[in-house]
Amino acid sequence: MSGEFVAFFILSLLAIGGAVFMISFTRVVHMVISLGITFLSIAGLFVLLEAEFVGVSQILVYSGAISILMLFGIMLTKHDASDEGTGFAWKNRFALVFVAVLFGLLFWGIQNTPWGLPKEQAAAAVSNAKQIGLSVFKEYVIPFELVSVLLLVALVGAIILAKREEDSK
Amino acid sequence: MTVGLTSYLMVALILFCVGLYGALTKRNAVIVLISIELMLNAVNINLVAFSKYGLYPNVAGQIFTLFSMTVAAAEVAVGLAILIALYRNKETVNVDEMDQMKR
Repeated sequence: MSGEFVAFFILSLLAIGGAVFMISFTRVVHMVISLGITFLSIAGLFVLLEAEFVGVSQILVYSGAISILMLFGIMLTKHDASDEGTGFAWKNRFALVFVAVLFGLLFWGIQNTPWGLPKEQAAAAVSNAKQIGLSVFKEYVIPFELVSVLLLVALVGAIILAKREEDSK
Repeated sequence: MTVGLTSYLMVALILFCVGLYGALTKRNAVIVLISIELMLNAVNINLVAFSKYGLYPNVAGQIFTLFSMTVAAAEVAVGLAILIALYRNKETVNVDEMDQMKR
């Protein structure tokens, strides 16, 4: 029982537990809070995988921005809404069977694939953030710039969509 | 017991399946959106796990994760804006009542 195993066990238990509670709660606000726990534990898993920069971005973007945005979305629509699922029992059952079959297939695939051992690499001399920065600005410059344009378009589009339409009335 | 690639893939698989079930069965559109976020997050775990335990470990998986996080954030912003505009016009957030294009 190494420390890594204990950390992995606790973090993955929290992540899966948060996701399952998200499915089983009925109040919408509780669902979002429970998903926040899942996002935080996934950030912990990223740190465990030696991806500290991605872990911190996960905390900033997902558990910070997206959870709060979802809470705002709930408050601006029906803030005391509850979700008891679809009214059709056969549809739920069909979805459950479909997801179970998909889970079985992927489980079989993961367990039976020879993944191979990673080639031994010398421990990186530079930090994780520096590695990412070097790679982004050397090899992935064009996707990086495109992503900034995408964020700008999403910002303008979200404001225009959510703006109250005054003149049409 | 050691933690290998398979353990991370299994956690990501379980999260993906839970998210898929939520996206297929929930009625509230906000919950459908956050279920999709959960599925994207599971894929991100896979990318980062392969960037450490893959056959040729390098930092590209983490960069792809950062890009997909950005796209997910943009998607949530636009999705919630559409949802709020729809709520203002139709007073509902349930996905089975959003059937204007079927009429």
